Amino acid sequence: MTAHFAKRTIVLKGIGVSPGIVSGSVYVITHRIARISRHKLSDKALIREEIIKFSSALESSIKELADIKDKLNDPEGIGPLIIDAHIMILKDEGFIRNTIAHIENEGINAQWALEKTVSRYQEIFKKIEDPYLKERIRDIEDVVQRIFRHLSGIKYDKISDIEEETIIVARDLSPADTIQMKVEKVLGFATDIGGKTSHTTIVARSLGIPAVVGLETITSEVRTDDIIVMDGTSGVVIVNPDQETLKRYEDKKRHHLAMEEDLLSDAFLPAVTKDNYSIGVGANIEFIEEIPSAVLHGANGVGLFRTEFLYVNKERLPTEEEHFLQYKSVIEGDQIKWATIRTFDLGGDKFISDPRLAEEMNPAMGLRAVRYCLRERQSFIIQLRAILRASAYGNTGIMIPMISGVEEIKEVKKIIHEVKQQLISERIPINQQIKLGIMIEVPSAVMMADALAREVDFFSIGTNDLIQYALAIDRVNEHVAYLYRPCHPAVLRLIKQVIDAGHRAGIKVAMCGEMAGDPFCTMILLGLELDGLSMTPLAIPRVKRIIRESTLKEAKELLAQVMNFTRTDEIEPYIKKYMSRRFPQYCVINHE
Amino acid sequence: MKIIRTFILKNELGLHARAAVLMVNVSNRFRANVTFEKDGRIVDGKSILGILTLACPKGGSITITAEGNDAEDVMKAFEVLIDNKFGEN
Repeated sequence: MTAHFAKRTIVLKGIGVSPGIVSGSVYVITHRIARISRHKLSDKALIREEIIKFSSALESSIKELADIKDKLNDPEGIGPLIIDAHIMILKDEGFIRNTIAHIENEGINAQWALEKTVSRYQEIFKKIEDPYLKERIRDIEDVVQRIFRHLSGIKYDKISDIEEETIIVARDLSPADTIQMKVEKVLGFATDIGGKTSHTTIVARSLGIPAVVGLETITSEVRTDDIIVMDGTSGVVIVNPDQETLKRYEDKKRHHLAMEEDLLSDAFLPAVTKDNYSIGVGANIEFIEEIPSAVLHGANGVGLFRTEFLYVNKERLPTEEEHFLQYKSVIEGDQIKWATIRTFDLGGDKFISDPRLAEEMNPAMGLRAVRYCLRERQSFIIQLRAILRASAYGNTGIMIPMISGVEEIKEVKKIIHEVKQQLISERIPINQQIKLGIMIEVPSAVMMADALAREVDFFSIGTNDLIQYALAIDRVNEHVAYLYRPCHPAVLRLIKQVIDAGHRAGIKVAMCGEMAGDPFCTMILLGLELDGLSMTPLAIPRVKRIIRESTLKEAKELLAQVMNFTRTDEIEPYIKKYMSRRFPQYCVINHE
Repeated sequence: MKIIRTFILKNELGLHARAAVLMVNVSNRFRANVTFEKDGRIVDGKSILGILTLACPKGGSITITAEGNDAEDVMKAFEVLIDNKFGEN
């Protein structure tokens, strides 16, 4: 009889960055050898031998990389380039000479010598100011790890050899990893580090498989062939689940799929209430790879195209051509009828790689978004030129984030006017009537909404920031996170004020914060008579169904009742109760 | 023959990984002995790590020295590469 070891069940919580529920066995990618062995070589003969060992490790590393490159079969992609750079490092004379000198002069083994060589480069790169060039030390470290593996005879993880369907677990995934995978075998990704814009996330989303990043310890908690369950929406990963949990998640997954299928069947229908009030529903997206999913979920337009990914984790600022190609591919497709492109909104919680931003104590209120653009005018102009050029290919809007007063939008308009004139003089086609809108997310903009409405063609309410600024809550501070309440009466009044001011001036008012996609809030937003809602694609089918099954009259009655309350703890339970009774299939109170 | 020329990098990226790969490829194609210099630091033109450690950003200048029979040809090749902004648009 074999001993039965019950494996410990562990629950980990990370950031869900690509939705879906999946269970399966794990493949752990370990790039780093656990321990470097360091020892002195006792005599001259051993030194010679060690140098030969080092040289052959270099050669087999080069051969390994050359094989990977051959298999890639992707001459235009980034993959071969990374591999070329790594091969060049392996052939770098200075690098080889230094390492051999350590072996010879100090009489130490190759691993130790390599460690010394790489630490010298680490010192040099530490002093480099340019954040992108600074990051290149990771390529050197990657290469050194490869040599270490060959020196110690550890078999390299052949991700390319995976034959079974597998969930990939890693500290982080680099392009060098993902290019080798047989993507059809990968069920999901779970990583220790990463965020919404890391490489892992982008790949998972483009493949449409679930991913959870920022799990911190998953690589040490699981081994290859362990079973895990992961939920790419909530960010929960359960390692070695018991039968019951596994079954519960299987049910959840089945239910999720069945529900999705049902919701998708009529997601394309317009969002019009029974009494004929129509709301435009768009998708919030960040990558063109998300467009098919957005269309599938019933979006006919993009209410918010985030452009930060063009800047994040890049070796440099994006060129006009890179901006343009992205925007053009969003707009020119048949299925996306309109798209609103939001200009650079970096800073705050979204991006801290520019050292100047990282120094700020309170980045959400610091140099970000339009403030940064008006300061770094040249990169703003590059982006505006690209959006204007793309506007010749389809119905496009420009949206400026974080406007706090009239003078800012006047300044932006002046720049846009100049950019338009310049493009016209260069005989580059643009849509001169391109719509210009602003995000309303700063309380001062709410107070000035009447004046701002005279300057622009539309408003879009960014609830995430508006709530945090209005209620004075730092969203990332766990001690006050409980105060972050979309249904705070002050928030509802602010939203109403914006909509009323916009409508009095005859412009459209939409909403693109998370609140727009919350089915519990749909009727309240309908009652407020918003003209448009833009949300994450997955939320669209539910919200559209609720709109189609409601009347504006009923929504206004609910709103009137809610606006009478003065406390969040009256409003929230009231809405929850109302919505879960009215739409039990779409508004499920989650007791988990 | 020895030729020394200073170039200003006009591409958006500066001497990042991709550009460095292309520079080394050029150095390797010719027999001339090539070195790069920036702010008094001199590195071997065939060393990708050397080039990366120069950390030459956009708008930075780099002085290239080529020595050998085909020094003129290699310099011409660098000129084309840098003028074409390493093929970035």
